[in-house]
Amino acid sequence: MAKITYVEHSGREHVVEVRNGMTVMEGARDNGIPGIEADCGGACACSTCHVYVDAAWVDKLPKKDAMEEDMLDFAWSPDPVRSRLTCQIKVSDALDGLRVQMPEKQI
Amino acid sequence: MTHIVAIGAGQAGAALVARLRSQGFDGQITLIGEEPVAPYQRPPLSKGYLLGEMGLDRLMLRSDEWYVENNITLRLGQPVESINTDSRTIWFSDNESLHYNELVLTTGSIPRRLPAAVGGDLAGVYTVRTLADVDAMRAEFQAGKRLLIVGGGYIGLEAAAVAAKLGVDVTLVEMSRRILSRVAAAETSDYFRNLHMSQGVMILEGVGLETLLGEGRVSGAKLSSGKEIPVDFVIAGVGILPTTRLAEVAGIEIDNGIKTDAQGRCSADHVWAAGDCASFPMGEGRMRLESVGNAIDQAELVADNLLGAGKDYVPAPWFWSDQYDTKLQIAGLSTGYDHIVTRGPAGDAVSFWYYQGDKLIAVDAMNDSRAYMVGKRLIESGKTADAAKVSDLSVELKSLLK
Ligand SMILES: Cc1cc2nc3c(=O)[nH]c(=O)nc-3n(C[C@H](O)[C@H](O)[C@H](O)COP(=O)(O)OP(=O)(O)OC[C@H]3O[C@@H](n4cnc5c(N)ncnc54)[C@H](O)[C@@H]3O)c2cc1C
Ligand code: FES
Repeated sequence: MAKITYVEHSGREHVVEVRNGMTVMEGARDNGIPGIEADCGGACACSTCHVYVDAAWVDKLPKKDAMEEDMLDFAWSPDPVRSRLTCQIKVSDALDGLRVQMPEKQI
Repeated sequence: MTHIVAIGAGQAGAALVARLRSQGFDGQITLIGEEPVAPYQRPPLSKGYLLGEMGLDRLMLRSDEWYVENNITLRLGQPVESINTDSRTIWFSDNESLHYNELVLTTGSIPRRLPAAVGGDLAGVYTVRTLADVDAMRAEFQAGKRLLIVGGGYIGLEAAAVAAKLGVDVTLVEMSRRILSRVAAAETSDYFRNLHMSQGVMILEGVGLETLLGEGRVSGAKLSSGKEIPVDFVIAGVGILPTTRLAEVAGIEIDNGIKTDAQGRCSADHVWAAGDCASFPMGEGRMRLESVGNAIDQAELVADNLLGAGKDYVPAPWFWSDQYDTKLQIAGLSTGYDHIVTRGPAGDAVSFWYYQGDKLIAVDAMNDSRAYMVGKRLIESGKTADAAKVSDLSVELKSLLK
């Protein structure tokens, strides 16, 4: 279980508990948090689940694979360091306290 | 208060109601579904869910609380039996009725079945469309069992990959000359044929099913080649048909799907359609797409137009398929291509670029998200890509966007 803070582009915060094994995208979806669209449902095929991870967390997350890297490169306004696709990040206890920021839009 | 009713609680229905609320519609919304479950994702049904990697909880498009919080009335397990577009009323099977101000048909599609005359109604014969379909066939996926898949489209091939991974002995027959012949170039067919053969799946092309054999339950199959094979269970992946009957009986025009104008309106007033069931104008003709991306985009467009946006639908087709460790991503529509340009392979990445003359119209990218994304951007912005550059691996793909 991890407590994750999702910050909408407007600054509105949502703090929710997400179960281990779910993805950070699913945590937002299941809690009705707007800003993460996730059209492909986590297949790493749409890049509409993009967020900026809080700088302090960048190195603590499992690394991006080549596919995520490539998809992100074409997401809306990506940041080379902080951008991640939330459907590719699996939740574990180690993610407790994670903070992610939504981009202004997904595509 | 305005009451918007959507019939069909699937991908499009869910996207429609979400968009209505996010755009500020504060009237009444009812989403009606024949299936007993809230809207869920179908793609994993032939992928992670079938394999057992992904549970039911992860399949749902929205949580139950979300519908409550957004004041959306979900009526599940309640097929709509008829529509009267004059009185703007719909009826359920128990003769209960509901009045609407605006009606949206998001009824999806249904798989073609194998005819009873060739044993299609024997036990052990399945199609892959709903959660109930997959839950019913799950127990059959045991190592050593013999599965016959009829039809070499994406769903059949994905089911073959899952079965092979679980140790099932798979034979796939495709009546036309090659698998994926309806949707992809020979290059893509070759790629997936090789992939499946390397995993021990027997792929027979140019071979149809003559008849299934068995008393009560399927036990074998006679193929058009004359060969008879023993079979423990069968999956028919022989295409889908748009769910149009309800609309047709109500006098709504059908033309390879429920006919809409460019904004999603049907021939009857105050009736709209979106998703797999809808056919929309495209150039001189009409088009109907069967994909998640289309279901979402069209449903959102209809939601916006219900609120007065007056926007025309501009499809931006994309699709994906997961088989073994290969991720296929498709941008654009390949219909009408006249030649293919190949990029790669480079490691496990290869992509096939579909051209009509000089115009890039589609890209099939295997394990190459970069090719997919560049292709998608180019196609959506109406640009093309120089074939010599595409096939030259020393050219950085992103430079094609300039
Ligand atoms: C196994 C499988 C794998 C797929 N893989 C992919 C993929 O990888 N990528 C991709 O882009 N697409 C994929 N698709 C296609 C995608 O799932 C569909 O295009 C999408 O679900 C269409 O959404 P829809 O809302 O139009 O229809 P559906 O999701 O089918 O929803 C329609 C709903 O309407 C209901 N309904 C029909 N008639 C009535 C009635 N009279 N009363 C009440 N309810 C009614 C149906 O029961 C159904 O629940 C796949 C489909 C399947 C089956
Ligand atoms: S949900 Fe589509 S890429 Fe993450």
